[in-house]
Amino acid sequence: MESASTLTQTTKFDTAAARRRCMRYRRRILDVSQKVTALHIAPAFSCLEMTDVIYHALMRPGSGSERFLDVFLMSKGHGCMSQYAILEDLGVMPTEEIERYCTPAGILGAHPDRGNPGITASTGSLGHGLGIAVGMAYAEMLKGADAVVHVVLSDGELQEGSTWEAVMTAANHRLANLLLFVDMNDFSGLERMSEAHPAVYPVVEKFRAFGWEAVEVNGHNAGAVYEAVTSRARARPFALIGKTVKGRGVSFMEHVPIWHYRSPNKEEYASALRDLAEVRS
Amino acid sequence: MRNTFANTFYEAAKTDPRLCVVVADISPAGSMELFRKEYPKRFVNTGVAEQIMIGMCAGMAMRGLRPFAYTIATFALFRPFEFVRDDLCYQGLPVTVVGVGGGVTYSTLGGTHHAMEDVAIASAMPNMRVIAPCDPAEAKAATQWCIAQEQGPVYLRLGKAGEPNITANAVHPFVFGRLRFLRDGRDVCILGYGSILKLGMDAAALLEERGVSAAVASVHTLKPLDRDGLAQVLSQFERVIVIEEMVPRGGLGEAVKALACELGTRPRIKCLSLKDDFIHLYGKHEELLAAHGLSLKHVLASCTDD
Repeated sequence: MESASTLTQTTKFDTAAARRRCMRYRRRILDVSQKVTALHIAPAFSCLEMTDVIYHALMRPGSGSERFLDVFLMSKGHGCMSQYAILEDLGVMPTEEIERYCTPAGILGAHPDRGNPGITASTGSLGHGLGIAVGMAYAEMLKGADAVVHVVLSDGELQEGSTWEAVMTAANHRLANLLLFVDMNDFSGLERMSEAHPAVYPVVEKFRAFGWEAVEVNGHNAGAVYEAVTSRARARPFALIGKTVKGRGVSFMEHVPIWHYRSPNKEEYASALRDLAEVRS
Repeated sequence: MRNTFANTFYEAAKTDPRLCVVVADISPAGSMELFRKEYPKRFVNTGVAEQIMIGMCAGMAMRGLRPFAYTIATFALFRPFEFVRDDLCYQGLPVTVVGVGGGVTYSTLGGTHHAMEDVAIASAMPNMRVIAPCDPAEAKAATQWCIAQEQGPVYLRLGKAGEPNITANAVHPFVFGRLRFLRDGRDVCILGYGSILKLGMDAAALLEERGVSAAVASVHTLKPLDRDGLAQVLSQFERVIVIEEMVPRGGLGEAVKALACELGTRPRIKCLSLKDDFIHLYGKHEELLAAHGLSLKHVLASCTDD
């Protein structure tokens, strides 16, 4: 944990570069969407900046065959296109596999599979990732290792009882090597969360009441995400509650539930690319 | 079996620092006290929370540890079922799920504590291996196998404490994936797994007095099933009796009958199991079993009726 602290405090985060990367990733994801009917674009767009910060600024390089010393897992498995695009950019995920996405010739599906390049855990069923992350963080503590475990959850996963079992367990063991990012895009598959399930809120206070350190930031502001994570107290598990927009960056996708799943047609694709050119952090 | 498991695990843990236990707040965990005292960090109690028990085990295994999830069979398998399936089986992680009180061992606690379908449910999942030892000695060998293996998940079905040893004079040693004869015989072969196999041994002894030669085999590994061993039994014996403390669907009885059909062998096969019904009877373990047709009388009758 000491080395993480040293690294992060001496590294200056380049917000403009993050913005350029995320723009590229969104274009890449839209390109892939033209080959398959279902891609989960909107949930990938909402967690993109947080995932970008994790990979480009928080995860420390590993040694030997391990690309990273630290660990990442995408608990909201349906957001995996954001991860795939970043892994491709990092040279971890072969481009030809992205091209063969969701085809029998390839290895990638709409949810991450453990064993694929850069993929630590098989997710897709919601409410599993945080528990696995707790086990990983506990193992690192037990081994006296200092790997940090990063996990991205959807706000919908806060409705799973298993998530709260994991939240309590992490706090009981004071797993300071566990960093949780909640993608608060306010939409589950069916409808707006804050309207249908108002008792889910407030979220930050819930995490604090359960013994976590928690802050809420704009999840699309990569600089703010980075700043919040690196200035954490490092005494307890840490939750970054990222306020996000589902479908962020494409106006007709933002806040519209159908884009949880659907791929755009040709005209929509062209329109989406035009929209992206105008997106700001 | 519970204490044997705990002692075997404790001994192995002395030399393998990767071994950990994750329990979900059950009193049988008390038999693990020695391990807990010596290695407090390697003993995790998640509290009354079974999903995180399994999820944590998955994460720990991914980071190189060898965790055992340990609780009452119903709560080890049924409550966190999808976590066992997705986190352990789908990802092929070397985690042993230990279900204590398999079958209707907890005979006064009611249906919520009866693991009547555990073997069927565990066997249905790809990548899962299923072992149900019949006595403490076999439980020791099975536990040692689980400790040594690195391939993937195992469901280890245990009974409670104090079962008699019935494998002391076994014909074969415990080998994972192979049925073992506990005694030889010519006229009838009794197959089973778990502590209920004691009924088979008792029946065989009584039958011997009546001039009937009965073999008894422990089919401790339910998955992968020993097809070759079972095929040999089916071709050698004219009468095969299967006894199991499990619902009829998805168990050893069905598998034996299916295999006989597939092979075209025609011994008489009689399967004694729990009924496809919940038990609303409270009493001794053997009283519940008898109510479902699992008693010495039933086994004897099956071995000799025409």
